[in-house]
Amino acid sequence: MERALRDKKAICIFVLPALIWFCAIALFPVFQSAGYSLLDWDGVTKAKFIGAANYIKMFQDPLFFKSIWNSILLAAASVFIQLPVSMILALVLAGGVRGENFYRNAFFVPVIISGTIIAHLWLKIYHPSYGLLNMGLGAVGLDALQREWLGDQGTALLACFVPMVWQYIGYHMLLFYSAAKSISPEIIEAAQVDGASRFQTAVRVIIPMIVPMIKACVIFAIIGSLKSFDLIYILTNGGPVHASEVPSLLMYKKIFVTNEYGYASAIAIFIILECLVFTFIVQKIFNHIQKD
Amino acid sequence: MKRRSSKLKRTGTVKTIVLLFITVVQLFPLYWMFTFSLKSNREIFGGNIVGLPENWEWANYAKVFEKAHLGRYLFNSTVVTGLTIAFTLILSAMATYAIVRLKWKLSKFVYFIFLTGMMLSIHAVLLPLFVNMKPVLDTYWALIIPYVAFAMPTAILLMVGTLEALPKELEEAAFIDGANIYRVFWQIIMPLLKPILSTVAILTFLSAWNEMMLAIAFVSGEKYKTITVGVNDMVGKYSTKWGLIGAGLTIATIPTLFLYVFLSKNIQKSLAMGAVKG
Repeated sequence: MERALRDKKAICIFVLPALIWFCAIALFPVFQSAGYSLLDWDGVTKAKFIGAANYIKMFQDPLFFKSIWNSILLAAASVFIQLPVSMILALVLAGGVRGENFYRNAFFVPVIISGTIIAHLWLKIYHPSYGLLNMGLGAVGLDALQREWLGDQGTALLACFVPMVWQYIGYHMLLFYSAAKSISPEIIEAAQVDGASRFQTAVRVIIPMIVPMIKACVIFAIIGSLKSFDLIYILTNGGPVHASEVPSLLMYKKIFVTNEYGYASAIAIFIILECLVFTFIVQKIFNHIQKD
Repeated sequence: MKRRSSKLKRTGTVKTIVLLFITVVQLFPLYWMFTFSLKSNREIFGGNIVGLPENWEWANYAKVFEKAHLGRYLFNSTVVTGLTIAFTLILSAMATYAIVRLKWKLSKFVYFIFLTGMMLSIHAVLLPLFVNMKPVLDTYWALIIPYVAFAMPTAILLMVGTLEALPKELEEAAFIDGANIYRVFWQIIMPLLKPILSTVAILTFLSAWNEMMLAIAFVSGEKYKTITVGVNDMVGKYSTKWGLIGAGLTIATIPTLFLYVFLSKNIQKSLAMGAVKG
C-alpha cells in the first residue's frame, strides 16, 4: 500500500488535471493582467509598452476616484447598516422564538435568487410612475418624497445599495445565526442562571463568542461591496453622470466599450490589491479585538 | 414575578411584529413580481399596481416562454451549471485525494497554490480570459472553463478538511484485498465524501447559475446564452410590457426557488459551511 501511495504516475493523474486547469485559468491570468496594465493597447492594433503610465493616469482620473469612493461608501454601509441588522435578527432567532425556522427560511429566500433577476425586479420597484416605492409613498401622503430614484444623482447610489442589503441580509443573518447556534447551550444557561437577561446574554456572552464569524462577515461584506457589479450594471450602469460608478463597472466599460485594455488592467490590478489590503486591515483590527 | 411575565409578553409581541414586518419586506417584492406577471399593461397602468390581478393573464407566460426563447436559455443554464458541477466535483475530489492521502513532497505546496484562489475573483482575470479564450467564446466552454477554475479552491478546501478527518481503515483494507489506487478512490473515497460533495454541488450551482459578468461578456450568440443573460435581453426587448417581463423573471426564478423548497436546510448549511472555511 505504501508503494501504491507513492506511485508517481497515480499522483500526476490525480492532481494535474485540477492543478493545470486552475493555474491556466485563474492564477496565470492575474500575472497576465499585471503585464497588460503596462501596455497601451486597444486589443486590435499593436500593443505598446508604456511602463507605469496607466497607473499614473488612473491616479489622476477623477472618475476612478469617484468609483473607488462609491465602493467604499457601499462597503461602509454594509458593515455599519447591513451587518448590525443581520446580527440583531440572528440573535433574536437564535434566542428561540416561535416560528424560528419559518423566519430564517423566509429571510434567506432572496439570497439564492440571481442578482440579475433581483436587479430587474427593483428596476420595477423604483419605476417613477408605476413602481412600488413611489406608489407606497403616495399612498401614505409622502408625495413630496417621490422621485426618479435611479435617475437622480443624489439618490442613485443609495437606490443601488438598498437591493444589496435586501438580498444579502439573510445571508449574514444565517452566518451569525449558525455561529450563535453552535455555542453550547450550557454556557448560555449558566449565564441565565447567573441572572443575565436575554439581552445581556446576547451582548456579553454570544457576541464575544462569535467574533471569528463577525470577522468573516465583515470581510465578505467589504469585498463584496468593493467588487459589486451585477446589480449596479443593470440598475444604473453607473449613472446618472457616473453618480453610482464603481470600479468593476468602470473596468468592464474600459474593456468592452472604449477598448482601453491597458487601463482596464490597471484597474483590475488595483481592485485585487485593494481587496487584499482591506482584508489585511480587518484581520489586524480583529486580532487586536480578540486579544483584549 | 407577574410584572416580569407581562413585560416578557410585551417584548414577545414587539419581536413578533418586527419579525413579521421583515418577512413582508423580504417576500413582498417577490409576491409583487408574481402578481404583475399575471396582469396586462392596461391593468397596471390603470391603477391596479399592488392588488391581485383582475384577469389572470396566464397567456403572458406562454408568450414569453415561446417568444423570448426562455426554454432554450434554461436548457443552456442547465448544461453549463451541470457540467460545471460535474467537473468541479470530480477534479477537486481527485486533487483532494492526492493532497491528503498520497505521499509526495509538493503536496503542501500544491494545496497552498489552490488556496491562493480564494483571494482571486473572476473580475481580476476578465480581460486575459477574454483574450485567451477567443477560440471557445460563444460556446458552453467559455463559461464552464472559468466557472470550474474558480469553484475548485473552495471545493478543495472543504474536501481536504473532510478527508483529513476520516479514518483510513477502509482504504487500508481495500488495498490489502488487492484493489488498486483508482478503485480505492472511486469505490471508497468518493462514497465517503458524499455529504461534502453535495455541499460543494450546492455552492457551485448557486454561483454558476446566477453568474452574470462572464455570461454577458463571453457569450453573445442566441444559441448558448444562459438564463441570466436571456432575462436581460428579454427585459430590453419588452421594455414596457410589464406582464411579459414579470412572467420572464418569474420563470427564471422558479428553478432556484423549486430547489430551495426541497433543499432549504442543505442550501443554508452549505452556504454557512462555505463561509466558515473561506
